[in-house]
Amino acid sequence: MTDVKEMTLEEREATLGGIGTARKRKEDARFIQGKGNYVDDIKLPDTVVGNFVRSPHAHARIKSINTEPATRIPGVIAVLTADDLRPLNLHWMPTLAGDAQAVLADEKVHFQNQEVAFVIGEDRYAVADGIEAVEVEYEDLPALVDPTKALLPDAPVLREDAQDKSEVGQGARRHPNHIFTWDCGDKDATDQAFAGAAVTVKEEIFYPRCHPCPLEPCGCVASMDKVRGELTLYGTFQAPHVIRTVVSLISGLAEHNIRVVSPDVGGGFGNKVGAYPGYVCATVGSIVLGRPVKWIESRIDNLSTTAFARDYLMTGELAADPDGRITALRCHVLADHGAFNSHAQPSKWPAGFFNIVTGSYDIPVAHCSVDGVFTNKAPGGVAYRCSFRVTEAAYLIERMIDVLAQKLDIDKAEIRRRNFVKASQFPYRSCLGWEYDSGDYETALDKALAAVDYEGLRREQAEKRARGELMGIGIATFTEIVGAGPTRNCDILGIGMFDSCEIRVHPTGSAIARLGTKSQGQGHETTYAQIIATEIGIPSDDITIEEGDTDTAPYGLGTYGSRSTPVAAAAAAQAARKIRAKAKKIAAHMLEVGEDDLEWEIDRFKVRGLPEKAASMKEIAMAAYQSLPEGLEQGLEAVNYYDPPNFTYPFGAYVCVVDVDPHTGEVKIRRFYALDDCGTRINPMVIDGQVHGGLAEAFGIAMGQELVFDEIGNIQGASLMDYFLPTAVETPHWETDFTVTPSPHHPIGAKGVGESPNVGGVPAFSNAVVDAFAHLGVTHMTMPHTHWRVWKQCEALGIGG
Amino acid sequence: MITGAFDYHRPRSVDDAIALLSQHGDEGRVIAGGHSLVPMMKLRLAAPSHLIDLAALDELKGIAVADQAIVIGAMTTQHEIIADQALAARCPILRETAALIADPQVRYCGTLGGNVANGDPGNDMPAVMQCLGASYRLRGPNGERSVAARDFYEAAYFTARADDEILTAVEIPTPAAGHGAAYEKQKRKVGDYATAAAAVMLTLAGGTCETASVALTNVGETPLFVEAAGQALAGSGLDDAAVTAAVEAARAAAEPVSDLRGPADYRRHLAGVMVRRAVERARRRAAA
Repeated sequence: MTDVKEMTLEEREATLGGIGTARKRKEDARFIQGKGNYVDDIKLPDTVVGNFVRSPHAHARIKSINTEPATRIPGVIAVLTADDLRPLNLHWMPTLAGDAQAVLADEKVHFQNQEVAFVIGEDRYAVADGIEAVEVEYEDLPALVDPTKALLPDAPVLREDAQDKSEVGQGARRHPNHIFTWDCGDKDATDQAFAGAAVTVKEEIFYPRCHPCPLEPCGCVASMDKVRGELTLYGTFQAPHVIRTVVSLISGLAEHNIRVVSPDVGGGFGNKVGAYPGYVCATVGSIVLGRPVKWIESRIDNLSTTAFARDYLMTGELAADPDGRITALRCHVLADHGAFNSHAQPSKWPAGFFNIVTGSYDIPVAHCSVDGVFTNKAPGGVAYRCSFRVTEAAYLIERMIDVLAQKLDIDKAEIRRRNFVKASQFPYRSCLGWEYDSGDYETALDKALAAVDYEGLRREQAEKRARGELMGIGIATFTEIVGAGPTRNCDILGIGMFDSCEIRVHPTGSAIARLGTKSQGQGHETTYAQIIATEIGIPSDDITIEEGDTDTAPYGLGTYGSRSTPVAAAAAAQAARKIRAKAKKIAAHMLEVGEDDLEWEIDRFKVRGLPEKAASMKEIAMAAYQSLPEGLEQGLEAVNYYDPPNFTYPFGAYVCVVDVDPHTGEVKIRRFYALDDCGTRINPMVIDGQVHGGLAEAFGIAMGQELVFDEIGNIQGASLMDYFLPTAVETPHWETDFTVTPSPHHPIGAKGVGESPNVGGVPAFSNAVVDAFAHLGVTHMTMPHTHWRVWKQCEALGIGG
Repeated sequence: MITGAFDYHRPRSVDDAIALLSQHGDEGRVIAGGHSLVPMMKLRLAAPSHLIDLAALDELKGIAVADQAIVIGAMTTQHEIIADQALAARCPILRETAALIADPQVRYCGTLGGNVANGDPGNDMPAVMQCLGASYRLRGPNGERSVAARDFYEAAYFTARADDEILTAVEIPTPAAGHGAAYEKQKRKVGDYATAAAAVMLTLAGGTCETASVALTNVGETPLFVEAAGQALAGSGLDDAAVTAAVEAARAAAEPVSDLRGPADYRRHLAGVMVRRAVERARRRAAA
């Protein structure tokens, strides 16, 4: 019955373009021709534009706002202030973390560039003039910039609105500027282990405030159809369904009357997870005016107001035996959350999954605690290309193990090997509560060291040191925790962090699949199709992947934290398996055999022992709409909501080699080798692209990215002149490699890879820089490793001449 | 990121442009390539009511290389400077410097005149012009005058140019055959202004440095011509003591501010490193 008899098995595999194929990205055809459809490309009839009057002060009381001069500007339609939103109870909005955030500053401003008024006009030009014309009178208040001073008795009280609240989400408070304390592990046993330890090390490690800085900033177009009572919200949303629910909860509009659409999104990296005042103001504007309202951030707005990342001041300690075997880990974090507690973590995890901090090492006991505090800085605290707070945790442990190695004069690769969780220990339960699904750290490290000729590099380094030259070798053997997450412990606003896929196979044997995630450049249209292709035997070229429209896609929690592959791709595989199960029934009917007589082969069911008797998926698809066995419904469709039984734990072994110019402080990345194990590899080309991009961001973070504030809270350098977005000129060459340790609980064994290079890359760079100075007694240097900072280190050592 | 309202003028002659400038006083601003002014206008840090675009003035374009002098019209772009073979043969430091300015897209629009006239201490060409002993031709309602680059810069964004004058051309004494020159620029990334940069030109005779001049970029309110550094080098064999003396002279002259490129002490130190490296390269390039 089959129509493809002439093709060999290999040809059929190749035609399928399934899992493991280096298939070119389907979406690139439109992107590289400038034919993408981003939010600012959406041009609805009668659209008006809105933008913010922003506070020049970091902390001030608003004495008065005079909007009248703005309304006299030709083209300005309306100016909204907190007083206009108050009757709607929309002047504040709930945050994902259980706090409230001012949509438009209510009595006080708490950070520079905070949204104070929203000017709506016929075009951007009128709005810009309108913004200039709004008169706001401020009474300056002392700004709190340094988080270490937030909890002092005489610290200025920032959040007068929350002064009397015992909680602003995520736990009890002990000071008006305190947000929560989160505690994990066995404190007493840890303290005991430290008390009796042969050797201990301690280091203060600051992970600076940086910003995901996606190429496309945040924005939206809100369009209220007053006749139908329906709101359509187009925007740069990493999680469109969550946005729909949030909009419904805070606006009172019924959820079925809200359609949220994420069109093409130009990078997110966590920045586009949250809900921002711009979305609320555009929506209110559209509801009031009955016209679409567009709000698009500028680069300065993006860097200075929508979600930043990190800002963790960490104190790390390790206890070890004389051979460098770690006996305990202790750490404390002072987390600067800015003016509102609006960081994006699953509800029950105020410090995200920071307790992955034991990393790839078998540490018997540990304790960590995190204190969140308010400061006069922009709110946020998102996972910038990492799972929730995982990059902070990986940075801490990967730096600390180097510190320990130096203390004991043990080679930095060797000390890792001595402490690794062994391959035989998986599934491995960490002392801080996680169950690592699979891993083989030693094999990965050995492969990496052989690839770079580690011994040779160390010899070269010794020779250079003898000549007074600075060369550093950085190693990072990191473990991630991604794929949030199992609904038993992961939710956002009470909604479990499952994800979903719905597949429809058309009569002629092609298909469409819709998922609850949203690609921002990850290549979902390519890779999801490959998974489905392998599962149901329809070529990936014949499968359309659609995401981002809440009216059509099944409910999902979106794309961040490397969750698309661990969660939504699992849903895709499971939905596809339902289709294959039904297809098998149809095939049995077509071939007039029992289901047990059938076996699956690439793209068809064959009758066991009768190779010429087969029904291809293409034929089965048509039959599903024509000639079904009795009792079976028409169609070939399935939906799956996937609640992962566990997280996945991708890992890697990275080696970075640097040369330092002591006269200028310049660090030259001579070599960067990245071995990633993300389990089953869906598309090696897409993985390489993800790793290249993640490493470029890691390079940016380690070597230059920092949001700096002066002592009165003015943000410095919130533009691409100063904020270090590396170009092709600065970015080093990457060598990529891999091992494959599938996840035992994921339907196709895949773990996710998009964030590994950022999580592992940053400590690899940092470790390399510090290693260049290790023989001179340096144990830690604060990121980012800019020219001047590195030179300061040289100068302190008397070698910066 | 939208400019304030302004009237746009596109004069057909330099005289017309000067007339417009005279007419509008400090409400008027000349625009050349626009790559310094337009970003300032978008941030509303500059809000001229009248923008006088020099783009149509062909008389301000072109590079003339002669044995005595090189004359470059103010509206000549950085890209045109890079592409000019005759210029590169006689005064290669201009190509070297232009290639370190911003990125190719900016260099297609950004002009030499704009770069030297704006008075932005971050611009690269002013120090090079000081190093080369260039002078600027200024035309105003009362005719033309010439001001040495070394005398032109008064403070950040303040120059010897009067409000009703236009910088029409840059005149550079053609460097001696066999001279060596170099521009060393440290920056955080491509397109950035210098953390510190140094221009050095020297001539050698029998292993001895005959003439030398040194100027610095972005380590003060203005470009800095460091006469003492040149004096330290001239007459020496460019031995370590002489070069160190030049480096120290440059550091003494530098008055950098602390900014995100680094604290003042680092930038002062770096100015010296740039001088040392520029001297080394200039020496290698010079005919002994």
